[in-house]
This record gives sequence, C-alpha cells and structure tokens, in this order.
Amino acid sequence: MKLRHFLFVTAATSALALPAQAQNILDWGANRDIGSLDPYSFGDSFTINVLNHVYEGLVRYDRDLAIEPALATSWEILDDQVTWRFTLREGVTFHNGNPFTAEDVQASLERVSHETSPLKGNLPAYVSSKVVDDYTIDVTLNGTYPLLLNDLTNIHIFDRDWLVDNNAELPTDIGAGVEGYATYNANGTGPFIVESRQPEAQTVFTVNPDWWDEAQHNLDGFVLRPVTSPATRVAALLSGEIDFTNDAPVQDLPRLEASPDVNVLEGVDLRTVMIGFPFRETLASGEPNPFADIRVREAMYKAIDLQLIHDRIMRGKSRIAGAVVAPPIPGYTEDLDTIPAYDLEGAQALLAEAGVPEGLSFEFNCLSDGLVNEEQFCQALASMWSRLGLEPQLDVAPRAVQSPKRTGGKTDVYTLGWATLPMLDSYSPLIQIFHSKEGNSGVFNWGDWSYPELDALVQAAGSELDLDTRLKLQNDAMRIIKDNHIMIPLHQQPMAWAVTPAVSDMPLFPDNKPRLWFARMGGDG
Amino acid sequence: MLAFLLKRTANAAFVMLAVAFLAFLIFRSFGDPVEMMVNEQATQEDRAELRERLGLNDGFFTQYVRFVTNAVQGDFGISYRNQQDVMVLIAERLPATFELVLVATVISLVVGIPLGVITAVHRDSRLADALQLTSIVGVSLPSFVVGILLILAFSVTLGWLPAFGRGETVDIGWWSTGLLTPSGRAALVLPAVSLSTFQITLVMRLVRAEMLESLRADYVKFARARGVPRRRVHWVHALRNCLMPVITLTGMQIGNLIAFALVTETVFQWPGMGLLFIQAVTFVDIPVMAAYLMLVSFIFVVLNTIVDVTYAWVDPRLRDDTAKAGASNG
Repeated sequence: MKLRHFLFVTAATSALALPAQAQNILDWGANRDIGSLDPYSFGDSFTINVLNHVYEGLVRYDRDLAIEPALATSWEILDDQVTWRFTLREGVTFHNGNPFTAEDVQASLERVSHETSPLKGNLPAYVSSKVVDDYTIDVTLNGTYPLLLNDLTNIHIFDRDWLVDNNAELPTDIGAGVEGYATYNANGTGPFIVESRQPEAQTVFTVNPDWWDEAQHNLDGFVLRPVTSPATRVAALLSGEIDFTNDAPVQDLPRLEASPDVNVLEGVDLRTVMIGFPFRETLASGEPNPFADIRVREAMYKAIDLQLIHDRIMRGKSRIAGAVVAPPIPGYTEDLDTIPAYDLEGAQALLAEAGVPEGLSFEFNCLSDGLVNEEQFCQALASMWSRLGLEPQLDVAPRAVQSPKRTGGKTDVYTLGWATLPMLDSYSPLIQIFHSKEGNSGVFNWGDWSYPELDALVQAAGSELDLDTRLKLQNDAMRIIKDNHIMIPLHQQPMAWAVTPAVSDMPLFPDNKPRLWFARMGGDG
Repeated sequence: MLAFLLKRTANAAFVMLAVAFLAFLIFRSFGDPVEMMVNEQATQEDRAELRERLGLNDGFFTQYVRFVTNAVQGDFGISYRNQQDVMVLIAERLPATFELVLVATVISLVVGIPLGVITAVHRDSRLADALQLTSIVGVSLPSFVVGILLILAFSVTLGWLPAFGRGETVDIGWWSTGLLTPSGRAALVLPAVSLSTFQITLVMRLVRAEMLESLRADYVKFARARGVPRRRVHWVHALRNCLMPVITLTGMQIGNLIAFALVTETVFQWPGMGLLFIQAVTFVDIPVMAAYLMLVSFIFVVLNTIVDVTYAWVDPRLRDDTAKAGASNG
C-alpha cells in the first residue's frame, strides 16, 4: 500500500511538471544529444550551440550573423593595443538569482582557457584579465588580435559564486577521472533555463521570464529530443511528435516537401567541401609523390565534373564553389569564386606533361560520417580520376578511424569541410588549414605544404586591427591558394531543416545552428 | 560439487579477462579519441598533452593491466564524451534495456507458445502452413527493417503509437520504469514487438518440434483413450512436457536479446545501453565501450554458469568428479 501511494505521488508530480497544452512548447528532434550540460566539456559545436540558449557570451550573433553586444555593452582597445576593456551590462541576473558582474567574466575566461580545458583553442589569444570594477573588465591578449569578438561569441559566461560553491571552477579533467558539477547542472543568463535532463531521451528548457533582453520568440519552452536514426526522425516529424528538426535527411526531402504537415527550410551551408593533396616527398605507399607538381593538381581539378556532382549526387541542392570560403564570410570576393571548365583531354595532356605514370595509385581518404553525401561524391571523384588515368584507392571509414591517418600523414588525397566556425571569418581556414604547420598554426595542414608568401600574409592579417586592410590581406592569401590549387574547393553543401505548421517562424542560419530565441509558434505571431 | 563450482567460477573469470583483452585489442583500431574530444582550433601540442593525460601513450600491456585493476574494483573511469562516471551512465540506462528485453521475452512466449502448439496440432492445415511461412519471414527480416515498418504503419499512418523514445518514466529508487505510465507503456509496444519477432519464431518452432514428439508419446494416446478432451490433452499434458527446453532457451536468449537490443534501441531512440554503446563507438569513448562489453559478457557468462551449475545439480553425470567414473563404466 505504501509503495502504491508513493508511486501515485511520483506519477502525479511528474504529470504536474508537464506543461499545459495551450503553451508554446517546441519539440526539437535533433540528430544527436548534447554531450553534457557543461559547454566547456567537449570540443563539440552542437553542444555549445544548444547550451547557448542557457548560457550567453559577452557578444553574440544577430539574425544576420553580425556581432552585436550581449553581456557586454561596449568595448575598446586600450593604448597598449593588446588590452581590451569591456563594459558589462548592468541588471543581468543568472538563473539562480545571482547578479552578473566582472568577476563572473574573469572566472569563465580562466575556466575555458585552463590547461585541461578541451576548449582552450577557442580563445587562443587570451593571457589574463583584470577586474576594474563590477561592470568593467580588462582582457589582455598575447598580441594585437582582431578576432577577439568573434571568439567571444562562443565563450559562455558562468556565475563565479555558483562555480566556487560547487567546486567547479576548473573544467572537468577526464584524465583525473573526476566528475564535474556543471556536467549535470546549468546556470546561465540566457533566454531559457534547463528544467530537467534525461540523457539520450530529453532535455527540457523553460523560458527565462527575467531575461535581460526583449524576447523575439514566443516560446514557453522547448524540449530537445535526440532521434539518431534519420528514418525515425522523418517518421516522428510526419506524425507530429516533433515540431522541428535541424537535420532533415537529403534523401527524404522530396517526401517531406510533398507532405502537407511539414515545411522544409532549405539553404546552403557555410561549410565548403574541399579536396586536399599531399606535398610530402613520398606517398603513403612509399612511391614518389607527384601531387606537389601544380600541373597534376590542375589536371585533377579539370577532370572533376562539378556540375554532374551538383546535379546527381547533391540533387541540385549544393552550391558549386570556386573559393575556399562561402560568400557570406568576410574576405570572400567574387573573383575568387571561378571554376575551370571540365576538360578531360586537357587534364590528360597536363598529366602527361608532368610525367605522371599511367595508372598511378594513391590513397583517397573519405569519411563515412562526415559531410553530406560524402561517400557518394567520393566514389564519383574516384571514378572521374580513374577516367583521367589514375588509380585512386578509395578508403571510406568513420571519422574516428580516419582522423589519425589524416593527421599522421598516412594517407594521400583527402576531403575536408570547413565552415569557419565559430569565427565566421576567412582568417579561420587561413590560419588553421593553409598556413605552414608550425606552432599553433596549420593544425589542419594535413598535406604538409608551405608557402612562405601566404604565411606572411596570414600573420600580417592576424595582428591587423583595421578591418579593410585585414580582409585585403586575407583575400590576397586566398588568391595564392586559388592560383596554386593548394586545395580544390568543390561546393558548399546543402542544409535542410524541417518544421511542422505549428511553427510559424524559424529563421534558417547558414552556420546550421538553430537559434530558438528567434522562433515563433502558432498563428498569434 | 564444490570443486565443480570453483572450477566453473575460475573459467568464468578467465573468460572475462580474455574479453577485456580482446576489447583492448579492438579499441586500438577504433581510432583516436583525442581527435574527437578537442575542437577544431586545438593545437598539436594540446592534443599531445591530452593524449598523455589520458594515458593513451602508455604501452598496450600497461593500459590493459590498469583497466583490469580498476575494473575489479568496480571503477570503469569517466566517459570521455559525457564526462560522467561510466557505471552511473550504464546504471541509468540498464532499466530501459532490461524492461525492453523483459517485455520482448514475455511477448515471444505469449505469442510463440500458442502458435507452436497450433502448428503442431493442426500440422497439415492451411493455417499451420501459413504460420510456418510467416515465421520464415520473421526470422529473415532484419530487426531494423521490422522496426521501420512498424513505425511507418503504427506511428505515421495510423498515429496510434509513438515512433521513438520511452515516454514518461517513474523513478523507484535508482530504477526508472516506463511500465507505470500510459505514455511509457505506449512507447514500449513497438520496440518490444520489433525485438521479439525473431524470438517469437524461435519459440514457436521449438514448441512445434517438441509438441510433435510429445503427441506421438504413449501417455497422449492413453489420455485420449481414457476420454480426456483433446484440448486438455494438447494444452495441458503435452504442452507441459515441452516447456523445459523452452525455459532453458529463453534464459539463454536473454543475453542475445540484450545484444540485439542495440539495433532496436537505435531505430526507436530507446535510451538504453545499446544506444549508449553505439554513441560511444562513434566518439571513441573507450571507457564506455569497455564497460559495456564487460557488462554484456558478464551477463552471458553468469547465465551460462547458472545453466551449467543447474544442469550439474539436476544431472550428477555432468559433474567432473563423477564424470570419470561414469566414463569408465560406459
């Protein structure tokens, strides 16, 4: 009897916790769950994206992805050129009621750049910070650095007292084998509050009535429900169990579009898909490497029928790219965005001129869980290059398996998608991919190329505070990439979200990140 | 008997060590967890440092010994991806998988046994032939296809049952159950049915074979001759004699069902251990993968040991000490 009573009470309370029907609760069916409630736990942009509804940065992206003030209202660079002074917003409170002050900013910046933080690369220039008064903080960098604000859009601000009280000032260190309080609990300043979380099942967010900003959304909350299997996700959308998904499978789009109960939101992602080449002495097989010869790369470029890939494999939804960054990214200019005509004979002639032996065999490394339709376009590329007279050995496997081969130089030609996140600036690929591999630069320079002229431009851009001068430098650097075919851009991949008619407004962002604080439901919008 | 027990336990422990060894061999080819853990902007030094802190640079044998030493003490470490204690992660998901397997087992018995009896009793009828044919389909359809078909029919077209998730759950201590809420029960139907399709066929075929044997037995003929109603003879006397192997099989199959649940859980987004494992594989979350493999093999080993011990208890000939004597007699 006692047990029954207990069960009844538990069931009743959980029923009470369920929101009433009339409220605007958005059911978000994502393709995966967030890893943790701690945004500094794992180098994972989806987790950061979702937790951005709870935690905020000093600055944020607006509806047009331009940077605007958030927890900081203004900023200036002091005379020494390396210290930035931020003036903070007054009257902001955390979800637990604590006021937001400069100490919180300091604690958060220290936490994210701590040596055990997997996210410290997100704030590379940070050296130290000094609290001037409650609403002023000075941040010192390791040099003049123009992209601090871009970095700060993704650095979420924690409540210092909350961190101290719960012994969570440092990020969770997996090496030490200790759990962290922030993994299970969240306390930010953002538009939504985490009400409950059941990993892999659902995380419930309710609206924060005390949010400092005027809400553009009309939600009372949302529920993040991971649905990993694409077919199940489509079924859940068609049956109305979820209102929104940020990953509508490309192969199911015609079916979803045909359904009266679903609206598909399609766009082109910022992510540019590229092909990279090895510049080392030898191939992975030990044979001499012909790809360092520009004629070989050009021949391989000309042998790719980009239009065919666009029409058949990407089903006309991609955008053929000539530049290594998408048009909305600062530094892009149209003159970089040209593609050579498909010319198989010309390509064969170039290859012969370069003295590449007939039937040259090389590794072609693709991911099975990476880009949109990656396996298919890799197969297409392999057969196009076979027609050219080469013998690509296609190697498709999950990211976890391929990454060590790629970073260790144990493969030859490879794919890479780069969206310039979280910076949204062409400096991102230039420093991370195209700069020579030295120190903190060129981490993704898997082909081991080195163009000193390009490096000089990138370094100059990295300390240039004037926007136009900086973008000109970056544009020049991308011109070198284009002229030398260091990597071959293929396309910007398609992205598709889908909503049910219950959702009246869901702005689609080209960085493929849902921002539900702009979403509206129902007809009362 | 004591010697037998000790020997069995030692065997079981050896199997567990071997599983851990194999698991570690496999993890080496899974890839590099560090590449998944850090973000795009991390430098080469950051990566190397993290690898060192996680002890991934240590030799294979050092890692293996460290893992076994900790595992014996019940410490499987912290998940790389979720940053939670692995045992807690698994304990959270165990009830979901267990309930799914339990309900699937019940369905397979409740449906499989009567079907087996019917096909045996009316073995030349059209109905029996049709059931036999359907059962072949049941065995040959992969369970993810069955799952998708069920979702298509009952969630999308008819809208009766949810396509994914576990519905609302109620916590009883550390155990969470979906059996006590309407939405929890509704959510359980499709995954349990999809998981049980293979099992139903298995039970049905086994019962049929056993029944055919029983029906030829003398006691059935005598019972009929004595005027016991046909229905009673079939469903009580004959069936009771077929149940022993069915129970053994069902017990042994629980391990298999837990392993098979992995696919069902992925299709239905059922928050159980299988889903946790799949996710761990994608992210090279070695502590979770190791703990899952150890747990599943532990369940297998325990079930097998129990069966062995029970058999030995029931049938003295199987005990080692008497087996030799028996052999010399034979």
